[in-house]
Amino acid sequence: MDKLKKLTTCRLFWPLVCLFLVLLFNFIKSPSFFKISVNNGVLYGYLVDIFNRSSELIILAVGMTLCVASSAGTDISVGATMALAGGVSVYLLGTGNTYNMPWILAILAGLLVSIVCGMWNGFLVAKMKIQPMVATLILFTAGRGMAQLITGGNILYIKVPNFKYLGGFLPHIPVPTPILVAIIVVVLVSLFLNRTATKLYVESVGINPKASRLFGLNSNRIIWLTYAACGLCAGIAGMIATSRISSIDANNVGNLMELDAILAVALGGNSLAGGKFSLGGSVIGAITIQALSTTLYALKVTGDQLPLYKAIVVIIIVTLQSPEFKKFMNRYKAKRAAKAAGEKVAS
Amino acid sequence: MSDEKKTVLSMKNISKSFPGVKALSDAQLTLREGEIHALMGENGAGKSTLIKVLTGVEEFETGEIIMDGKSIVNGSPQEAGMNGISTVYQEVNLCPNLTVAENIFIGREPMKMGHIDWKTINREAQKILDNLKLEIDATELLENYSVAIQQMVAIARAVDTQAKVLILDEPTSSLDEGEVEKLFEVMNMLKKRGTAIVFVTHFLEQVYAVCDRITVLRNGHFVGEYKTEELPRVKLVATMMGKEFDDLADIKNKAGNGSRRNNEAVIEAKGLYHKGSIKPFDLTIHKGEVIGLSGLLGSGRSELARVIYGADKPEGGELYVNGEKLHVKAPIEAMQKGMAYCPEDRKAEGIIADLSVRENMIIALQAKRGMFKLMSKKEQEELTDKYIEMLQVKTANREVPIKTLSGGNQQKVILGRWLMTDPDFLILDEPTRGIDVGTKTEIQKLVVKLAGEGMSVMFISSEVEEMLRTVNHMGILRDGKKVGELEESELSQENVMKAIAGGDK
Repeated sequence: MDKLKKLTTCRLFWPLVCLFLVLLFNFIKSPSFFKISVNNGVLYGYLVDIFNRSSELIILAVGMTLCVASSAGTDISVGATMALAGGVSVYLLGTGNTYNMPWILAILAGLLVSIVCGMWNGFLVAKMKIQPMVATLILFTAGRGMAQLITGGNILYIKVPNFKYLGGFLPHIPVPTPILVAIIVVVLVSLFLNRTATKLYVESVGINPKASRLFGLNSNRIIWLTYAACGLCAGIAGMIATSRISSIDANNVGNLMELDAILAVALGGNSLAGGKFSLGGSVIGAITIQALSTTLYALKVTGDQLPLYKAIVVIIIVTLQSPEFKKFMNRYKAKRAAKAAGEKVAS
Repeated sequence: MSDEKKTVLSMKNISKSFPGVKALSDAQLTLREGEIHALMGENGAGKSTLIKVLTGVEEFETGEIIMDGKSIVNGSPQEAGMNGISTVYQEVNLCPNLTVAENIFIGREPMKMGHIDWKTINREAQKILDNLKLEIDATELLENYSVAIQQMVAIARAVDTQAKVLILDEPTSSLDEGEVEKLFEVMNMLKKRGTAIVFVTHFLEQVYAVCDRITVLRNGHFVGEYKTEELPRVKLVATMMGKEFDDLADIKNKAGNGSRRNNEAVIEAKGLYHKGSIKPFDLTIHKGEVIGLSGLLGSGRSELARVIYGADKPEGGELYVNGEKLHVKAPIEAMQKGMAYCPEDRKAEGIIADLSVRENMIIALQAKRGMFKLMSKKEQEELTDKYIEMLQVKTANREVPIKTLSGGNQQKVILGRWLMTDPDFLILDEPTRGIDVGTKTEIQKLVVKLAGEGMSVMFISSEVEEMLRTVNHMGILRDGKKVGELEESELSQENVMKAIAGGDK
């Protein structure tokens, strides 16, 4: 009983339950859901697809978790940053039959732009003390405009086939590359957070920046760094999204993904008021959102109706996790226990 | 003569408890027509609770409020307003983006044929302002005027509601000298018209400048009501602080704890200042010395410590640490030089509520070592356990969030946080506030012990007895300025109070 209690109070318990419920529903609906097969040397199956498609969201959620934790605010410019970073790389590579420059340089340039975007947001939030939502609103609107400017308002296609590696498959490797990238990002970031004092610092600043300054933390710099990291994550996600379609469409790459990223953080059981956080929770949240979308598509829900159904499920999940609901449940349980005890005495 | 004046309002035997604290017990306050009445008391004496009870913000449990011979109960500030009691708070709560006239009439605009009668509003507002001899244009936006003028507008609004009693809750804390003069003029004018004014302030000078009578509260009790001219300053300070001084509780080890003024200097400040909080001061702190800072609330004692530590960046002057010049821009630099600082406001500036006792303790040492040198789990646990044991922190284990601990135990964790960094100079700002007596004594003993081991400690407290028990040397502050120092031989309750009160009254 004690063990069970410990399990249910664990931060990741409810996020995992939610993910499990979504998957269970699918299993009942179509038992082939969990089937994974090898076709042409690569993995196929619903699960692989969910994981693959959620890669960008996982990476975005990692960065978003850091911003939320350090500043109790959200970076709503990540979608636009994805488009901008992708746009820069594609522009540099050119649309000819060969690349204009080494691909590694072009990707690094795109990532650099995304870091600069993040640093700009961080500057506004940490130094100028502008509300995160308002500060990042600037790039939310301007970012896509800049991307349009770079691409000349056109959709640019890359003809060189190996550009698809990042968003597809590397030769001789059966696992989709986005999954590998997402795993690498999550592992590297959590190693960095836990092997250095960064996690402690970010949580401390997120809970009480004034006190943190007094015992020697540079609260402003820490907040700034989390936004820079969030920008970089958006850049990486942008590269994957661009590579998937071998082109840059400044209007649609990463469109509305900032909202899913924030949702992933919340579904992962993290408080949007900042402070203590769990990276694992956000990752589970991101996968849950993608699993939900895939499930709804499998149920023949059309794309334009999807948001409605998604919203209903999200309401249920968020309510289940809310402290008010938990309080209600505890009271209900206590009442039932009291009643049961009373009946026992009566009989 | 003044005794002949009619009593406007009297509060009798008022009691009020908050969970765990008796905020007021049998408090009383009597206001007469046309007098300015100072309500005095140290922090936690019950001044603000008494005012909240009077204005209907809080309910009282026993006692009664009699106004014009009738017993009244104010359920809300609005009701108090209708009964003729108006309040102007420390922070101006008006709308800066509306005009002065709109602010004066907001919520009770005169109507004409279903529309707001702007002409009347502007004309009447101007009349009210002129009556108070204020040179303010009623049609100007409020935000175009200084805070002081805004305060006057707040008063104008309050008195126009035909207030018989006007309460000014620390109205002068954000005003400069000229602005205070202006405020006093307005107060005196209202006094002549017969308004009874309650004036809450921490500045003694101002009390003696305008007030006719003084009511002193201490620990929620009514101590006495005095005519200002009959109560010298020293006596007022003594009354506010309470005179019980327990000589026997002197915990200083007289033999081993003589003056350390001849030891080498650890901290030397020359003309250090921060605009608006502490005027330039010189101060030397020697090795193994406990230096006390004394003064009333708002006298600049915390601010002095903050400037040395770099919590507020000094704007001028020089600071030497162990003979080495230090330009401190952020607390981390002071920490690297061996300073440590327990802030006054434990909740807002001390604890990280959601983090565990362990994380709260090790974090200063971790910050000092740097982000990339994470302390091993084992080291963290050993150090935490060591200080939990040494300071006898009562906690279920080291991993529970610090917010679940009592105030005294939270304070011990913060102390442990700083002792872990092995400082040469430890600043303790009100380390015993809101803590039970047993823990208080423990902390005082600890301070004396640390100094005995060679640490220099700055000890700031509102309780003079506690300071006399622990410090070797004392700096005295008044109105944001260091006004003197007391040697060990001069330390006595009377001398300290005299020094705090200042002036020749």
